[in-house]
Amino acid sequence: MTMDTNERTSTELEQLATLNAMLARTSREEGGLIPALQTAQNLFGYVPHFALEHISTSLRIPMATVYGVVTFYHFFSMQPRGKYTIRICLGTACYVLGAQAVLDAFREQLDLEVGGTTPDQLFTLEAGRCFGACGLAPVIMVNDVIHQRVRPEAVAGLIQHYREAEQHEGELV
Amino acid sequence: MNIERIASISTLENIRDKARASSPENGKSEEQEAVLLCAGGGCIASGAYAFKEALQSALNSQGLADKVTIIETGCLGPCAQGPVCVIGRDKTYYQGLQPTDAEELVSSHLKGNQIVERLTWKGEGEKPVPVLADIEFFKRQTKIVLRNCGRIVPTSLQDYIAHDGYAGLAKALTSMTPEQVIDEVRISGLRGRGGAGFPTHIKWTFTRNSEDPQKYILCNADEGDPGAYMDRSVLEGDPHSIVEGMALGAYAIGSSKGYVYVRAEYPLAIERLQIAIDAARQAGLLGKRILDTDFCFDVEIRMGSGAFVCGEETALINSIEGKRGEPRPRPPFPAVKGLWQKPSCLNNVETFANIPAIIHRGGAWYAGMGTEKSKGTKVFALAGAINVSGLVEVPIGAKLREIIYDIGGGIKGGGVFKAAQMGGPSGGCIPAAHLDVGLDYETLQSLGAIMGSGGMIVMDEHSCMVDVARFFLEFTQDESCGKCVPCREGTKRMQAILTKICAGEASMEDLDLLEDLASTVKSTSLCGLGQTAPNPVLSTLMHFRDEYVEHITDRKCRAHVCPALVQFNINDNCTGCTLCARRCPVQAISGEKKEKHVIDQSLCIKCGACLLACKFEAVDKQ
Repeated sequence: MTMDTNERTSTELEQLATLNAMLARTSREEGGLIPALQTAQNLFGYVPHFALEHISTSLRIPMATVYGVVTFYHFFSMQPRGKYTIRICLGTACYVLGAQAVLDAFREQLDLEVGGTTPDQLFTLEAGRCFGACGLAPVIMVNDVIHQRVRPEAVAGLIQHYREAEQHEGELV
Repeated sequence: MNIERIASISTLENIRDKARASSPENGKSEEQEAVLLCAGGGCIASGAYAFKEALQSALNSQGLADKVTIIETGCLGPCAQGPVCVIGRDKTYYQGLQPTDAEELVSSHLKGNQIVERLTWKGEGEKPVPVLADIEFFKRQTKIVLRNCGRIVPTSLQDYIAHDGYAGLAKALTSMTPEQVIDEVRISGLRGRGGAGFPTHIKWTFTRNSEDPQKYILCNADEGDPGAYMDRSVLEGDPHSIVEGMALGAYAIGSSKGYVYVRAEYPLAIERLQIAIDAARQAGLLGKRILDTDFCFDVEIRMGSGAFVCGEETALINSIEGKRGEPRPRPPFPAVKGLWQKPSCLNNVETFANIPAIIHRGGAWYAGMGTEKSKGTKVFALAGAINVSGLVEVPIGAKLREIIYDIGGGIKGGGVFKAAQMGGPSGGCIPAAHLDVGLDYETLQSLGAIMGSGGMIVMDEHSCMVDVARFFLEFTQDESCGKCVPCREGTKRMQAILTKICAGEASMEDLDLLEDLASTVKSTSLCGLGQTAPNPVLSTLMHFRDEYVEHITDRKCRAHVCPALVQFNINDNCTGCTLCARRCPVQAISGEKKEKHVIDQSLCIKCGACLLACKFEAVDKQ
């Protein structure tokens, strides 16, 4: 299989190699497209166009089909995302306990619309579906970490916490 | 961990007896104590691991490290009180644990045999109720689905076996025919816990009767209804019960391959389920010739990618096949042509979790609980304006009042119960007038709600029923896959009308149009998503029509939720601190320092920033 190796950084090439290894395991298996896209999203943080083309060629699935699938599911993004994806749960329990105000606070303070990423590539803001942590509502998820009982007043502190953590490049809570 | 291959029932029984003797729940021996620390998703988010670390170092420093073991279990239920733990043979329950509590817990409870009252459950009149078995929240529950959650180590196969794990599978494989397994499920009266309540044994029989050498058994763990998380708790707290339940289903329908479709929002559930599958495979409880019989079966996990519609069975099947998660027209039903056009049987997590218990203890035992038409138990996820939110499992037919007041401890802040929303975006609201109805499939349907997956959001007077309906329509509209017109366009138009009502711009004709649209969408949509999407509207119209009318004719939202219909005013408590004026994003507030301020209603965008900012309760929302 050939691929376009121009203009790829060494990290990207490494990631492509990992993706290849995964594709080699799944290409014979039926239904491998979504797991392949999930792997790509995990590797790159989003699904870049060259990864889509690559998956399409190696799984022998038309690009139109791949595109149809990648745009169907909320979890896939074709745009680069921030290092931290902030998901505000808008499930019922969180909603009746004020999640909308929390989302509005994030929108205002990050100056982002839902789905957007900050210019420094640090934060992506998303509205999430129920995380199943309804007892702790309203909750938000920053990558895989759940923050509970978030009030609009606490939003500034949370953003600050991640900004500082980034500056120190230390371990995150 | 090294797991020996379990090739026969006697090996399984040996392991069970050995594991039982050293079960963490019982302590390893007389002198040993165990701290069962809840490591469910909720308690982890509340800081269970930070507490665990503090507890371990307290045990070390106070010289109890070799006598007391900390065991991480699955979810105990009262998620809002977390982190929680249960200590010792008498099962003392502690909640709201902070790392700073660790030293005292060790010195008082574990060393001095003195209960730390401030960390116990508080019963009537704030009286401490230290022992698990005495606490109303636990006492009134009947746990079958959640039988092992909070009692066993989720990732330990031995521990699961010690609690009769895989005993049902062993019984079925060695002494029952597939037909007898289905018959036992028939006797139990089990109905699908995913929402619709279709009798499980009929689904199994259909798939069994489809002749094809390759059939699939599928587990729907795409728990998408906002407000329901019992499936997540089972997967996190007792993953082997799903593996065993699916194996039993596979044996009954004649399948050798299963898939669990788990939503991506549940990383911990996926991790623990994978550990369970690997362990079962290593022990020979999955794979070829299970327990030395001719039965072969294996399971694979498929992860969702964030599409609510994939909870619908045919959309889920498309998604496993790697396609867009759009539903298929039926017939053919999945029992005839499902995954890769092969006969497939799909049940949800809670349904599968019931199966091992039913086969092990018998269908008649299970049918002894519940009502005439709805047998067994149901798990509800209590949340919203309630004192004790969390997971509760009760016999079907239990009264709403009992769940909310006796188990859930009543409404938060002593408020008044307004409605319980059941069944999420496919369900409806049950108003206070029906607090004493028994919760079963038929009764709920007659009230315009559904059993659904078991999400129960309790609402008090601070919730606007029109806004709740709008919220759900926004959800279903966003999640509609777009394949069929009634759902794609119908929900969009319904949402638009509801938004208009909430903005105070609707007329009574709009209300008629809304009802008309609702019934059309309900009867003409392709799949369950569209067919049930109008339910939140229809049920709130059934029980709270006056609130809709109020929004339209009086331009009033009695819950003060709909922004366009509320007004912010400053009262005489104002000290003139100017904070609100500085916080107001549109400069609608004016006034001199140390003098009462005024809000210019023509400029106000009703964001509520002033109300949040004010430290003197001087801003009224009317």
